[in-house]
Amino acid sequence: MLIRKTEEIFFKILMRVTALLVVISLGSLLWTIVSKGLPSLNWDMVSKVPQGGFYIGKEGGILNAIVGTLYIAGGGTILGLFISIPVVLFMNVYLKKNSAAGNYIRFVADILFGIPSIVYGAFGFTVMIFFGLKTSLLAGMITVALLVLPILLRAMDEVVKMTSSELPDAVLSLGATQWETSVVILRQSAAGLIIALLISFGRAAGDAASVLFTAGYSDVMPTSLNEPTATLPLTIFFQLSSPVKEVQGRAYASALILTILILIISIATRMLRKKLSKHKV
Amino acid sequence: MVSFRIIKSNVMGFTMRASVLFIVTLAVLIAVGLYIKSVPVLRGKSIIDLIISDQWKPSAGKFGFLPFIMGTLWVTAIAIVIAVPLCLLTSVYLSEYASKRVRQIMNPMIDLLSGIPPVVYGVWGVLVVVPIVGEKIASHYMEFSTGYTILTGGIVLSIMIFPLLIGIFSEVFSNVPQELRDASLSLGASHWQTVKKVLVRKSMPGIFAAIVLAISRALGETIAVLMVCGNIPLVPHSIFDAGYPLPAFIANNYGEMMSVPLYESALMLAAFILFIVIFLFNVVSRFIIVKLEERVR
Repeated sequence: MLIRKTEEIFFKILMRVTALLVVISLGSLLWTIVSKGLPSLNWDMVSKVPQGGFYIGKEGGILNAIVGTLYIAGGGTILGLFISIPVVLFMNVYLKKNSAAGNYIRFVADILFGIPSIVYGAFGFTVMIFFGLKTSLLAGMITVALLVLPILLRAMDEVVKMTSSELPDAVLSLGATQWETSVVILRQSAAGLIIALLISFGRAAGDAASVLFTAGYSDVMPTSLNEPTATLPLTIFFQLSSPVKEVQGRAYASALILTILILIISIATRMLRKKLSKHKV
Repeated sequence: MVSFRIIKSNVMGFTMRASVLFIVTLAVLIAVGLYIKSVPVLRGKSIIDLIISDQWKPSAGKFGFLPFIMGTLWVTAIAIVIAVPLCLLTSVYLSEYASKRVRQIMNPMIDLLSGIPPVVYGVWGVLVVVPIVGEKIASHYMEFSTGYTILTGGIVLSIMIFPLLIGIFSEVFSNVPQELRDASLSLGASHWQTVKKVLVRKSMPGIFAAIVLAISRALGETIAVLMVCGNIPLVPHSIFDAGYPLPAFIANNYGEMMSVPLYESALMLAAFILFIVIFLFNVVSRFIIVKLEERVR
């Protein structure tokens, strides 16, 4: 009896300690980024491109990287949509529920989901060479599209299933063709699809390993698909390895900017999800 | 008119099949693409020789992958050993013991942090974990340490997988029926005994799945470990040595690979090895999960 009681108390305390440890380490992450990034953050950072001598601590900002990140994440997500929407509709409308083919596609998507972004980066690089492309915005977008494909598939499949588990049957039974049913499903889960889009965008914006090989790096604003472009994660990475204090400070500020961007996306996702589940029957 | 609608529907179905085909063959495409690129370096030596050799001297034509493979294994092992017990206990606390208010604060926080990009974890690692390891921990065991060690990489990685693990563990625990807990408690079991003998046992497949997922995430993590591991291509002998995990090695040598013959091919072989290992890991683990689920039922 005594042993049981002590065990109970021991683990109760231990669990509190571990929970506290988790909170402290995650809190320390946020606090470090904010407290180190804030002093170096100024309007020039987000409104100017690197000027001469930027990497030895002179004037300039990282607007090119911010814009590059938005382009790559946006373009990659849109490219990914072209593949993932048909697949999700096919799985949920054209195939029977719990069909072997559907399960197989989901299995493949799960496997693709587990493949690290550096492998997508290396593969994107070989594709790039194969088609004779140079490191460019376009090559970056294509690689990121491959990276977010499984994320989009998973999230959209979930959304379509959640918002309309019996809807396909109902629409089909009214005499609609499978394509017409797909259109109805797509429209019905539109709000949920935005969640999938946001998740994918956030992941794409934060990923460095996949664009390292394919998008290259530049100090000017990206203006064409054939030019290399800077991205936020790589800007952080490169600036942090500099021995110059000002440049390091800018790396912290860039990390803060990226974190804020991602947090905005995450919070928007959360709010949308809450709103959606409110209307769920 | 009816026939036109049906034709349209079928045509759309066919175009959709093209996308499905793309998804299903993507993994094969990746494997083939990377393999073709790594053929030149494989011509000189067999894959086994390359993997067990610890000589990394590209300019002399020596491409031994052992340092990178060992670096990856060390860092991943450290991360998992730290993260799994911590997250398991925290998840049990959150789902069984914590008050509603604690849960309402912690769950969204963990959820939000799961989206923070690896590079930000890397910055934090450089600013916080590197000095702690270098000055507070390693100094007890050796004369001098920069703090850029595989232990540092393991710690940063473990914290990166906290949100993932806690998220899945919590979901798994919430899927255990309340009746089972009630039954156990009404038989006189203590709260902790119920957790130990009912909750955890019932959730075994899910816990296993979460750990496997965390391992495969840790194996492939690139930028964060690249920033804190020290990146010296030698086989690490203790957790206070610098290491050079495979993904970090691939990412870091992009610039140099054009100048040395076979270098690019060696990098692609590294990516190919990583791909195959994680791919097999995923497939095998899913198979085991299915088996485990059958046994629990």
